[in-house]
Amino acid sequence: MENDPDMVKLPIYLDNNATTRCDPRVVEAMLPYFTEVYGNAASRNHSFGWQAEEAVEEAREQVASLIGASAKEMIFTSGATESNNLAIKGVASMYRKKGNHVITAVTEHKAVIDPCKRLERDGCQVTFLPVDKYGRVSAQQVADALTDKTILVSIMAANNEIGTLQPVGEIGKLCKSRGVLFHTDAVQAVGKVPVDVEEMGIDLLSLTAHKIYGPKGIGALYVRRKDPRVRLDPIIDGGGHERGMRSGTLAVPSIVGLGMACELARKEFDSESKRLFNLRERLRKGLSDNLDEVYLNGHPTERLPGNLNMSFAYVEGEALMMGIKDVALSSGSACTSASLEPSYVLKALGVGDELAHSSLRFGLGRFNTEEEVDFVVDDVVRAVNHLRDMSPLYEMAKAGIDLKTVQWAAH
Amino acid sequence: MAYSNKVLDHYNNPRNVGSFDRADPTVGTGVVGAPECGDVMKLQIKVDPVTGRIEDAKFKTFGCGSAIASSSLATEWLKGKTIDEAMGIRNTEIVEELALPPVKVHCSVLAEDAIKAAIKDFQSKQGTEASAATATV
Repeated sequence: MENDPDMVKLPIYLDNNATTRCDPRVVEAMLPYFTEVYGNAASRNHSFGWQAEEAVEEAREQVASLIGASAKEMIFTSGATESNNLAIKGVASMYRKKGNHVITAVTEHKAVIDPCKRLERDGCQVTFLPVDKYGRVSAQQVADALTDKTILVSIMAANNEIGTLQPVGEIGKLCKSRGVLFHTDAVQAVGKVPVDVEEMGIDLLSLTAHKIYGPKGIGALYVRRKDPRVRLDPIIDGGGHERGMRSGTLAVPSIVGLGMACELARKEFDSESKRLFNLRERLRKGLSDNLDEVYLNGHPTERLPGNLNMSFAYVEGEALMMGIKDVALSSGSACTSASLEPSYVLKALGVGDELAHSSLRFGLGRFNTEEEVDFVVDDVVRAVNHLRDMSPLYEMAKAGIDLKTVQWAAH
Repeated sequence: MAYSNKVLDHYNNPRNVGSFDRADPTVGTGVVGAPECGDVMKLQIKVDPVTGRIEDAKFKTFGCGSAIASSSLATEWLKGKTIDEAMGIRNTEIVEELALPPVKVHCSVLAEDAIKAAIKDFQSKQGTEASAATATV
């Protein structure tokens, strides 16, 4: 198969788990709020303020509808990192008389893990649950970890690296029955897989606009208002905006953008998740049919429709990315991270370091096409073969040498 | 990260990829690194028994582009050198030639280690041969 460069526009963006292109319809909706309706949503005495407030409240509705919440339960933040911090630290501080134990998982995003580590330094106890080989925790594991001091369980809805979905509905139900608050970082999941705070028993939920074709720098935290009414100590004090939980003048254009992004995600949910799933399977099949020794990381079925994470044995991820320079994606290789450590998520799954170094994360999104997927398949297959031709490990494996029995001169 | 043109050139057109027969007494083989560290280099030299010069060199590398380029460059430099000259190749020269950034210096170190390991292997084979030869006299 020959690649026809005229067919697809290069470079191809395949890193939609990192961030997404803003949908032009979102940008369109935002524009008037920079130059025409520029009032402060908190200004109660003139039409500039009223119009801004109206726009904010409409957006609040749009965001709430996407997750089965009511508008009053949505708190606007600067993004999911802030939402996660507010949920975790806010609950720990507000409920400290009730208990000091938090449960989370080892594969959570750093925006959950690091606030939890800070709680530990401040005297809380945090249980980091291990995951199975697909990256899942079970409701049973959570149940076993609960103590009479547990005040919060925080388990992500979908993982950003491997796309694995957690059984949030089961965990939510469990937490409800034990009277423990349940927070979920649903940044990767909202708009991609069904998320409903009522059905799933979710008390707090973090989301962000830029993963769903909205602008960067705006997100929201869902805070349940009844059964139970969740209270939070704010991190940012000030004018008492957002029910006192998050002070600061509302970023009206960004909020309008987030609202529109949620609206589009909700309306196009059925067709888009099906389309992404088909693209993902086309990519997976194309790669597995044309290469030997490729391994899927994460769950085979319980995963985000647009996420594919694969290890290409005997080649190194950064070198592989060099070979597919027209495709933008991520690798779990140490060489591509600032820490020079391979992905902690892949490690938690028990993926060996050598396969973690060989992993690529493909993040498909709204603007990717079948033609792009076909181009990527050809490009990756070519690059893997190029590198395997010069890989001593591939040569040894082909000669029947078990690499695990080799004494390596580690450095 | 931006790669230098020389790294890109070695990556796209690696020189001297391949393998010699490890059992050949004129061949020295060095394998350094470990898969879990993300780089393994196999570097081989073939020494002309008459002139004592390295007549050919080959490599295979699992690692990032800079590791591939470092070993590819090393095979180029090795050809035509005597063992003593080859022992003198320093990783800093590789860093300079390929314009490697600080985080990639370890790739050049690995290449120097691979050269030394290959020479050591060759010399130990010669040593065994030499003593075997003496024994038969």
